[in-house]
Amino acid sequence: MKINPITVTELNMYVKDRVAEDEFLNSVLVKGEISNFKHHYTGHMYFTLKDENSLVKCVMFKSSTVTLNFAPKDGMKVIVLGSVGVYERDGVYQIYCKAMQEDGMGSLYVAFEKLKAKLEAEGLFDESHKKKIPFMPKIIGVLTSNTGAVIRDIINVSTRRNPNVYIRLLPVPVQGEGAAEKIVKAIKLMNDKNLADVIILGRGGGSLEDLWPFNEEIVARAIYESNIPIISAVGHETDFTIADFVADLRAPTPSAAAELAVTDILDLEYNINLFNRRLKMALKRKTEIMRLRYEKCLNSKVYKEPLQRINDAYLEIDKLMKSIENSTIKKLKDSKIEAAKAITKLDTLSPLKTLTRGFCLTESNGNIITKAQELKKDMEIDLRFQDGTAKAKVI
Amino acid sequence: MSKKEELNFEELMIKLEDITNRLENEKLSLDESVKLFEEGMEISKECNNKLEDAEKKITILINENNEIKEEDFNTEV
Repeated sequence: MKINPITVTELNMYVKDRVAEDEFLNSVLVKGEISNFKHHYTGHMYFTLKDENSLVKCVMFKSSTVTLNFAPKDGMKVIVLGSVGVYERDGVYQIYCKAMQEDGMGSLYVAFEKLKAKLEAEGLFDESHKKKIPFMPKIIGVLTSNTGAVIRDIINVSTRRNPNVYIRLLPVPVQGEGAAEKIVKAIKLMNDKNLADVIILGRGGGSLEDLWPFNEEIVARAIYESNIPIISAVGHETDFTIADFVADLRAPTPSAAAELAVTDILDLEYNINLFNRRLKMALKRKTEIMRLRYEKCLNSKVYKEPLQRINDAYLEIDKLMKSIENSTIKKLKDSKIEAAKAITKLDTLSPLKTLTRGFCLTESNGNIITKAQELKKDMEIDLRFQDGTAKAKVI
Repeated sequence: MSKKEELNFEELMIKLEDITNRLENEKLSLDESVKLFEEGMEISKECNNKLEDAEKKITILINENNEIKEEDFNTEV
């Protein structure tokens, strides 16, 4: 029997050629989960795609990776488009990926956008419907998992801001099958029994799939119908869910939600003290103004020199008296001068003056005799000279 | 008095602010001022009490056959 072996290289080349000829293998769409992912420094990506039973090697060259709109990593479910080829050296076949996208991502994303548009049109995101977060809620209801960092973050931040805070945790599953229904039930329970003044609905970051319960329509409607204001805090700052749009307030993270729900007690105390000081100042100022007014009144002359007015009146009286006196004296003086003038005038007119020039007045019984015929024989007459009167008898 | 106790913290703070503004800005008699001042001080005391009176409680609600039970939530775990 003639043995005619071929070389390993020849075998690999043969298989490679046969595979390359196959039209189906030239363009395949394969879905699976990434593992063993390596992003080589040359820019090429090497990884394994697997499902429950099998795995296949994959390579994506740098020239193809530029079309990726996400960063592939281990555990991610993806769909790759590529061709199957044989790597001669190692005798393995692998998928040469030309494109890759997250599996489920596409359909979930479409569902997300569709629901968002629908609820927005229905008015579930309307600002007017959003309830005000109470200023100092007595009880903060928290809907999240009772394990994990979220509840701890909320408790830490809350108690730091207000050591006397009252947090009521109603544990709910935050991902996976049935989570949405349980979240809805929890929101309704909180409302029916009025168990909180504000609700924080939260979970940590995750893939779009992980966050999916918060994108479910029933959750959105339960949030919308809740009478208790709801703060949503789902995922990281960059993750937006439908729940975030419907919620009365959206917090970027669970810690931020706690900050929004719990007022910092130090701030409040500061404010109260500020009001206290302002009240005291205002009253002090007020009494000060009153005191000044009172003092101004007391300083008035009326109180300072009560006799002033009487003294003033006395002075006034004195002044008047003086003026009366003065005017009287003047009048008297004027009268005297007037009289002297009159006397002098009278003097010049006086018949007695004539007497000094040698004339004499003839009188009879006090009557002046002006005509000779008035005289009768033996009539006694008085002759008045300048120095006196002499008796005479008519002959 | 009973009406005043129904006010929540926020309402009390708003009232305190209002009283303070009135005392600072309005022309009031001394009697009215003192009355407002006393009212303001009482409200601020009430606000402080409200802050201090609250008790720290961190609980977990457990649904057992549709009966809600409230238990302390151990934060250390």
